[in-house]
Amino acid sequence: MHLFIFLHELVAMAANMFVVPQTKGTVLCCKCGILMAPNPANMCVTCLRSEVDITEGLRKHATIMHCPECDSYLQPPRTWLKAQLESKELLTYCVKRLETDLKKVRLVNAEFIWTEPHSKRIKVKLKVQKEVLNGAILEQSYVVEYVLQDHMCESCTRFQANPDQWVASVQLRQRVSHRRTFFYLEQLILKHDAAVHAIKIKQMDQGIDFFFANKSHALKFVEFLDKVAPTKRRESKQLVSHDPKNNSYNYKYTFSVEISPICREDLICLPPRVAVSLGNLGPLVICMKVTNNIALLDPCTPRQCFLDPDQYWRYSFKSLLGSRQLVEYDVFNVEVVSPEFNVGGSKYVMADVEVARVTDYGKLFYVRTHLGHILKPGDRALGYDLYGANNNDNELDKYQNLVIPEVILIKKSYEEKRQKKRGKPRPWKLKALDMELDESKGRGYEEKMNTEYEEFLRDLEENPELRFNLSLYRNKDYQPSEMASVSDGDDVPSVPLEELLADLELSEEEGGDDSMKD
Amino acid sequence: MATRLQFENSCEVGVFSKLTNAYCLVAIGGSENFYSAFESELADVIPVIKTSLGGTRIIGRLCAGNKNGLLVPHTTTDQELQHLRNSLPDQVVVQRIEEKLSALGNCIACNDHVALTHTDLDRETEEIIADVLGVEVFRQTIAGNILVGSYCAFSNRGGLVHPHTSIEDLDELSTLLQVPLVAGTINRGSEVIAAGMTVNDWTAFCGSDTTATELSVIESVFKLREAQPTAIVDEMRKSLIDTYV
Repeated sequence: MHLFIFLHELVAMAANMFVVPQTKGTVLCCKCGILMAPNPANMCVTCLRSEVDITEGLRKHATIMHCPECDSYLQPPRTWLKAQLESKELLTYCVKRLETDLKKVRLVNAEFIWTEPHSKRIKVKLKVQKEVLNGAILEQSYVVEYVLQDHMCESCTRFQANPDQWVASVQLRQRVSHRRTFFYLEQLILKHDAAVHAIKIKQMDQGIDFFFANKSHALKFVEFLDKVAPTKRRESKQLVSHDPKNNSYNYKYTFSVEISPICREDLICLPPRVAVSLGNLGPLVICMKVTNNIALLDPCTPRQCFLDPDQYWRYSFKSLLGSRQLVEYDVFNVEVVSPEFNVGGSKYVMADVEVARVTDYGKLFYVRTHLGHILKPGDRALGYDLYGANNNDNELDKYQNLVIPEVILIKKSYEEKRQKKRGKPRPWKLKALDMELDESKGRGYEEKMNTEYEEFLRDLEENPELRFNLSLYRNKDYQPSEMASVSDGDDVPSVPLEELLADLELSEEEGGDDSMKD
Repeated sequence: MATRLQFENSCEVGVFSKLTNAYCLVAIGGSENFYSAFESELADVIPVIKTSLGGTRIIGRLCAGNKNGLLVPHTTTDQELQHLRNSLPDQVVVQRIEEKLSALGNCIACNDHVALTHTDLDRETEEIIADVLGVEVFRQTIAGNILVGSYCAFSNRGGLVHPHTSIEDLDELSTLLQVPLVAGTINRGSEVIAAGMTVNDWTAFCGSDTTATELSVIESVFKLREAQPTAIVDEMRKSLIDTYV
């Protein structure tokens, strides 16, 4: 307890006047008679304290509502404030609860007194000042004890009642026969933590469903999808309940997001109007890359073009042949015809090649390809066999006298070399979303998924630009073979070790010994 | 000895009474308690007179006086003046002053030899004070307060002043007054000394809130323990003899 004494200060000091030195005298405390400096109450501190208690009438106990689930505190009437024990926010909250009391006195200091976290008590020491007896200001500290009463907040109650209560769902679909796009999207979502707020993720036929507890979370997720894929969306809502008395409506929202069926490496026959609008591109083009734009390349003339989602969905054409229809060719001869050119960051060289189907050497094809930079005589390449294909495409039929190349090569094949490596684990792995699988499909479906996933992994190995956006993690189980592999310069492409991230695992048995993120 | 008493539940007894070595004025209260407290203490020695000044009861703050005289403000009625003249001993001169600061008790503090006055009093008033009360007049302040009559009380033997008085001021005042002074409080820490008490050379009356500590300070500084109306004469004689022998 302290006592403040306000003396009348002389202004003469400022005016440079002669000031008689003043020695402060002493008087006897009027109660106990000890010698002390005079103060407005003319009473010593101890006597003053016994005389007046400025904390009289101030609340020393208070009850506060605490949600044990989300560790938040009720700020009446209905706000829930999230705060840690002994945090600044909690102190502010605690002091605010005594607001009516603290109008009578002046609060100088507040601090927590440590209490056992399970005791459901919070103790706060407050220091207050108040004017007493002829203008003496008394300072006194006292302890307020708060009792925490457990009371679940609304959102926690709702969650406890049924954790799967979703408010918004995002139905992501791509109308194609494979799931490659979704494997890639899954990795993108993981990398960007886009679906952290999803309460359930379910694998569906030709797509994935995401469920959210909040409309805004779903909207944010849809925005994210817009940025990474050429999508089209529709929104609908269903009235669940409504209360006409307070004019509140409870809806369930559904966002239907469709990704364009054009995938990387697809062969497309552009509709005439698109081809014209793109400056007579193609019409037979390869899709080189799909981000939120679609990159198209004419394999015969090294012309490229980008389609944005608006342009695509205006015509919404389909692909002529997909990566499923790729056929293996043997390359016999390569004649480079042009210097290097650049498409979307990768370099290509135009070349005339002499190829024949691996399954049937009966006919040699002389074709022009953009793969001149990697193909060498003796290699194998994958391409679309337009010579043998039986096309049934409306767009293709619209072109009257179109010369269709017999073969369009798409990529180099490493199938032969991969044979040796089959069954060995990769030095890297990917994370996976916590997804509910579609149970209705049989075992065949599962096998097909595994094959597609394996293909996707190979794609990642072959294309550095594909894995550029993804996070690959070091596989701890992988043991590099003792024999140093002799690289003959044309080995199967793999992911360099320095690109891999160490997985951050905080499990209890191993105290995070080598789990530092690179 | 110092006596503790109340005037109609108020502890400011100095407001409602005026005590000097030759007479005592007491306000007219609803009951006789206040009067009889003075009467029982002083009846044998000096007259205790019930009076009002200008129709008010706050006589202690309105008048100033010592054994030689009594100064009353211009608000005093003729009847009151007549009543005082009739009741007071013959050697006490009663004088009504035409002074705009009419609360003379607040503006003038005096014993039988010296008076401290408010700094703004008229020069004529100062002369009247000197003539009627037979004192030397000093214009002074006490701890920065110009109402010297309120913030100090002194007799011929000692004095009590405002608690905030600095040691330098205390020295100066006691040199002027030629009596020992002490800074102190009355009525449980009140600074308005003269309002809380009234004192002469052998007795004092304090408000009933006055604590034992304050009382003991008062008794020691005013030398009330050994003091009896007759003892003064004895002591004076003793000292005279001392000097002469």
